[in-house]
Formats: sequence, structure tokens, C-alpha cells
Amino acid sequence: MPDLYTVKNLRLSLPDLTRKPLLGAAPRIPILQGLTFTIAKAEIIGIVGGSGSGKSTLGRALVRLLEPTGGSIHFDGQDITHASQTTLRPLRHRFQMIFQDPMSSLNPRHTTGQIIASPLHLHGHPNPAKAALAALDHVGLPQTYARRYPHELSGGQRQRVGIARAIALKPEFILADEITSGLDVSSQAQILALLETLVKTLGLTLAFISHDLSVIRRLTSRILVLHQGHIVEDAPTAQLFAAPAAAYTRELLAAIPLPDPDQPWA
Amino acid sequence: MSYLAIHNLSLRVKGTPHRLLRAVSLDVAAGEVRGLVGESGAGKSMIGRAILGILPHAVEIIAGSITLGGTDLLALPPTRRRTLIGATCALIPQDPLTALNPSRRIGPQITDRLVDILHWSRTDADARARALLNEVQIDDAPRVLRAYPHELSGGMRQRILIASAFAAEPKLIVADEPTTALDVTVQKQILKLIATMQARHNTALLFVTHDLGVVSKVCQNLSVLYAGLIVENASTPDFFRAPAHPYSRALLAATPKYTDPLGALTPVPAAVLAGMTAEIAAADKAWSDA
Repeated sequence: MPDLYTVKNLRLSLPDLTRKPLLGAAPRIPILQGLTFTIAKAEIIGIVGGSGSGKSTLGRALVRLLEPTGGSIHFDGQDITHASQTTLRPLRHRFQMIFQDPMSSLNPRHTTGQIIASPLHLHGHPNPAKAALAALDHVGLPQTYARRYPHELSGGQRQRVGIARAIALKPEFILADEITSGLDVSSQAQILALLETLVKTLGLTLAFISHDLSVIRRLTSRILVLHQGHIVEDAPTAQLFAAPAAAYTRELLAAIPLPDPDQPWA
Repeated sequence: MSYLAIHNLSLRVKGTPHRLLRAVSLDVAAGEVRGLVGESGAGKSMIGRAILGILPHAVEIIAGSITLGGTDLLALPPTRRRTLIGATCALIPQDPLTALNPSRRIGPQITDRLVDILHWSRTDADARARALLNEVQIDDAPRVLRAYPHELSGGMRQRILIASAFAAEPKLIVADEPTTALDVTVQKQILKLIATMQARHNTALLFVTHDLGVVSKVCQNLSVLYAGLIVENASTPDFFRAPAHPYSRALLAATPKYTDPLGALTPVPAAVLAGMTAEIAAADKAWSDA
């Protein structure tokens, strides 16, 4: 499979405004410190790390919500590292994002139909309303839900709307940033099953960011482990769980409380 | 003898017939950690809030009793009830950022309760705060006590809330999802800290969580809640060896484990949910008949 993303020596730093002097520039905090990896077409890749490891920043750089300060990102052969908003606009329907908190990422004053249709509208789709209904079908929500508002839906249903909005544009790549961490285990199991089916039927490439290795294992074929802005391990899922190479990966695995009172957890 | 005894507690939204808790009974003894597990909306936090007397205004207790150390809370006049709860109970909240006042230093946020409500002297309270921070493994207590919440990491803030929960030597602590906002390595440290503190102070601890993994590590006993109904009370080893109720089994099957073969995760099956609906209808019918 050819690579969809080629990332070379990616660096990103953000200004630390709490230490900004009155005059002059704020000192910069390095977040990503030279990441090199590729994402193959139709691959499901997991990005794991503790809080502050830079996993969300990496995700946002991939869909160019943030501009890298160094290195390069190629999407399907095209350099998007410093591409301008006008250059990115026609590309944006090819990479989409699903957000962590479905309540704050859905406009409370719009119906789910409007929410799913508006990006389609922006990208000049001939019939946004009809495509929105089709997207609802895809995520297993009844079409009548198009007239409902986000507050009328449960957490799991809202996350389905977030997924519907992302897939409606028929993207090639979807970034899912901690999308199940606000859900309880039963809805989480449903959402993961749904994502898995969608990836297969629509031929998507998926990057799944999570701090939960159990969830990552269930879904992905390859895992990047991030720690303090560096990739400490990049390995196929089975290999990572069978023989974690990096000390930090072993520490992460050992810290997961399994639902089993006999697990040694010292 | 249980320190906390809840008997047949029912709550409802004022002015509606809908019950949020359906005749819940559970006990927590001194030195015991009881897990309270369930999905979102099951009413886990409502039980904690009912004990602490901080239910939302729209929710009322319609039946049942809550006994703290032999005293029936609901029979007391409001002022005495508040004094008793304030002197004997504490909460470890879920989100360590919103639980701390962002515009005040850490020190007074720990000592306020001791000085204003329990009438300690300032000096005693300050000394106690420093001792507590050492107990929760914060090394430079003097600096942290002068710091503002935003200067500290999530794990550090949660340690401070734990310290502050134990400040007045409470008999009962309600921990409401205390590690949900933390990542796994920090979660492990915090859980161990809570367990150590609880054992050292012989506190009764009601541990509210949706994470069965966490329950299996810190709780001796657990109660499973579904739609305000306790479906199972069990000791932790018994529960994980052989969950008695079909819903408990389904919940355990839906919990991801990184050691499991791929594809082993199953959502709660429709048949189990239908069974739960029938069980709830039966409970509600018995309630309206009585």
C-alpha cells in the first residue's frame, strides 16, 4: 500500500503566554520534537501517550489545524506543511476529524441534519440534505433524528452524529481524538464496532488517538507511543502488546487496571 | 456495624413520578472501600450527593433512610444534619481543576473548612495542611500551599483534593470518579495514595466509578447500579470470578482488556437490556402498589 501520510522530523512549538514579557515575544514550549513516521492507505493507526505527551497536537498538525514549526507533512504526495488556508480548503474534505467531546463540538442551536449538512454545503455538494440522511444511515441512527437537536440525544448518539459529519464528506483520512473517553463502556463498545465497520466498508484510513491501550488494541493495526514529544515506540499492535520495546510502553501497560482482582498491580 | 447504612432510598425529580433511585440499600463499614459501579445516568453520583446533602434543588428524597454512625440523617433538622455531615464526611471530586477556586491560593482552600466550620486555630490548621501535603507525597509543601491551582499539574491537584478530604479526619469519604480525568500512570499513583490514606485513617470509603478495572484494584466490595436499581451487591473477588446478574456479566464483557484476544468486546446485548426494563417495571409496580 502507498503511504497516505509521510511525516518527516515534525516539530511544533507553541508560545508560553504565562511567561511572556511585557514587550517582545513569548518563550516557546516545544511540544513535538522531531517525529518521523508514515501512515499507509487503509491503515488504522493508534496514537497513545500520557497527558501532555503531544498526541492531540500531532493529530491537529496532521489535519493542519496547527502549523508545524519544522519538518514536513506530505498528504498523498502533496506537501501541506505550510500550505495556506486557500490551498488547504479544497483538500479539507479529504481529511476529517472527530472530536472528543460530542456536546461541545456540535452546535446546540442546529439540528443534527443541519450539523451534518453544513460542511457538505461549504464544499459545494449538490444535495447536502440528502447526503446528510445517508450519513445518518451509515452510523446507525434513524433518519428522523435529522430533526433533533444535540441535547435530545444521548452521549453515544451524539458521538454517532460527530462520526456522520466526518464521513459525509467521503474523506480518505479520519482523525479520531479520544472519541470514546467521554462514553461509558457499553456505548464505547458500540462506537468502536461502528468505526471498525465504517473503516472497512468505506476504505478509510484512520488515526485513533487515545490514552487507553485497551481501546487501541481493539481497533488498530499499528501503534505510535508518544512520550514528551518523542515517538518512543512505533510497532505493529500485536508485537507491541506481546513484547513492548520501550520502557515507557511497559510502564503504560503495567499501569492499566484490568477488571481482574488477581492482576499483580504493584 | 456499618458506619454508613442506606436503606430503601428513593429519589425523584420534584413534581414528576419518575424515580432516579429505586429503593437503594447499601452499607459501608469503617475501613471498608465499597465500589459503586454503573453506566452514566445510573444514579451513582446521586447516591453520593444524597449522603452529603448536596442533591440538586430539583431532586427530592421520597422514601428511605440514610444512617451515619447510628444517626438517621433524614430525621435531623437541617442545621444539625449539615453540621453532622460537615464534621464526619468529605468528598473527593472528579475534576480537580473545577473543584479548586482558580483565584485563591491552595493553602487557605485546604484550611478554610478547619478554621471556619470546625473552629481550629489558624496555626493548627496551617500545620495540619503542611502535614497532610507530606502525607500525600508532595515534597515542597510550603511552595505548593502558596501556589494557585493553575500552577500545578492534574495529578498534583488531585493529591491536594485528597489531602483536603482527609483534613478533618472524616469517618466517611465519597470519592466520585476521582481518577477519570487523569492518565493511567498518574491514575495508578493516585489510586494507591487513596488506598494507603484510607487504610491508615480507617475511613469508610464509597468509591463511585464506571471503571471495573479500577474497582478490582481498590474496592473490597461493590454494588452495581442500573437505572437507579442496585442489581448486585458482591465482594470484589466473587464478582469478578462469577458475576451473579446478567447485566453485571454484560458490563464485564463490554469492558476492554488489553490482554484479551481481538474482537472480544461486546456491547450490552438487547436481551439483557430488555430483562433490565422488565425488572425496573416490576420494581416500579411494587412501588406504586405499596
